[in-house]
Amino acid sequence: MARNAIVVVGAGLAGLRSVESLRAAGFDGRLTLVGDEAHPPYDRPPLSKEVLLGQQTPESTTLRTPEHLRSLDVELVLSRSASQLDLARRAVQVETQWLDFSGMVIATGSAARPLPEGFDIPGVHTLRTMNDARAIRAGLEGASRVVIVGGGFIGGEVAASARRLGLDVVIVEALPTPLARAVGTEMGVAYATLHRDHGTHFRLGVGVERLEGAGRVERVRLTDGSAVDADLVVVGIGAVPNVGWLAGSGLRIADGVVCDAGLCAGPQDVYVAGDAARWPNSLFDVTMRCEQWTNAAQQARHVAGALLDRAPAQTPFTGSNYFWSDQYGLRIQFAGVTSADEVRVVSGSVEAHRFVALYRRGPRLVGVLAFDCSRALMRFKVLIERRATWEAALAEAARLDERTVVAS
Amino acid sequence: MRVNVNWERCIHSGMCLSAAPTVFDIDDDGHMLLLHGADVAVEELDGVEAAIACCPAEALSLER
Repeated sequence: MARNAIVVVGAGLAGLRSVESLRAAGFDGRLTLVGDEAHPPYDRPPLSKEVLLGQQTPESTTLRTPEHLRSLDVELVLSRSASQLDLARRAVQVETQWLDFSGMVIATGSAARPLPEGFDIPGVHTLRTMNDARAIRAGLEGASRVVIVGGGFIGGEVAASARRLGLDVVIVEALPTPLARAVGTEMGVAYATLHRDHGTHFRLGVGVERLEGAGRVERVRLTDGSAVDADLVVVGIGAVPNVGWLAGSGLRIADGVVCDAGLCAGPQDVYVAGDAARWPNSLFDVTMRCEQWTNAAQQARHVAGALLDRAPAQTPFTGSNYFWSDQYGLRIQFAGVTSADEVRVVSGSVEAHRFVALYRRGPRLVGVLAFDCSRALMRFKVLIERRATWEAALAEAARLDERTVVAS
Repeated sequence: MRVNVNWERCIHSGMCLSAAPTVFDIDDDGHMLLLHGADVAVEELDGVEAAIACCPAEALSLER
């Protein structure tokens, strides 16, 4: 085992922020950042929006200049993936090389759920990486009819971008409501209305039977026997954590790396940050995995602190699961969890696509969803983080309304 | 200490106000603003550092 050497596996946002936080906190040992993509760390949120619209080049999502990365004194190992972790030896295998470590951050993130069998034909894409975005952007240029498989946020953002480019868009979702898993059924209906008002069509409660076409996709055959013409298909059916390389390592794997409340994977100084971490979040009394940008950034900061702080008591990580999505020029924001006993719109109007909805579980405020109401959302996010009661949330709603949460 | 806002990058998410509510706010039009200018008091430093870490646009920085 190497003394004073930290290896960060995964060069996405969580990996980059981990090495930056470690250096900022004074770590002066050997630091290695391993990433399986050829490109240095880049930002994913613009990939489904500005990059597809052609407002930003794929390369412009690069997060740091080469000079900045050099100034961190980090050994950047790109285009290579970690294949094995030997905890007894405290070393990680990257192709033919073994990297010894005293501390480690697993930040391998997640990948787009792979295409089902028979879906991997020209004209069909998933969206996760810079290369994916480049391919979809190229495909959009010659397309007129786009089908999105899956009613989640990624699909919704691609749909909004394609509509803005003037293309016909149909979203196919197996559940009766899009986004039901992310924001709950009632708010999923509000979300569907937003899309319909912008000319996006839905085929709900029906699955995809197969993709048809000569040499490339021409139509999507649905399970009810009907078909939707398509010259570009984007499949957004969720993400899976990149943890296959940890099989046999001794770490507990269950849809992510199972961590303690402080994001430690078990062995001393082995931590997980970002989409790959499954941890008990005491803020919501739930064990969760979180695929959000902010979660990755905050967990990176947390694990860097934990790696450098030898205090025996682990500080729990209690992120509030914030995310945002920009669609049709409107900002959708959410914080908290959606497993709720009640969802109540406390301000604005769902029809006008400008509102704040609160989620109650028992006596507590556990979630907030806002369409174009950033200020109110952040006020309630703070209340969620303070474990506020439902009464306190309603009182805050009344106060905010006096100050005009929703500008007329 | 001063907090710098890169207004070209800011996407007005409001994350900063949830981290440091005495420093940042959002106006009725949804635009981020500094409540009392760029100066950061010592007791506000933790919140501002949290805001820098969670800003989705990486639009904030601290000048010491």
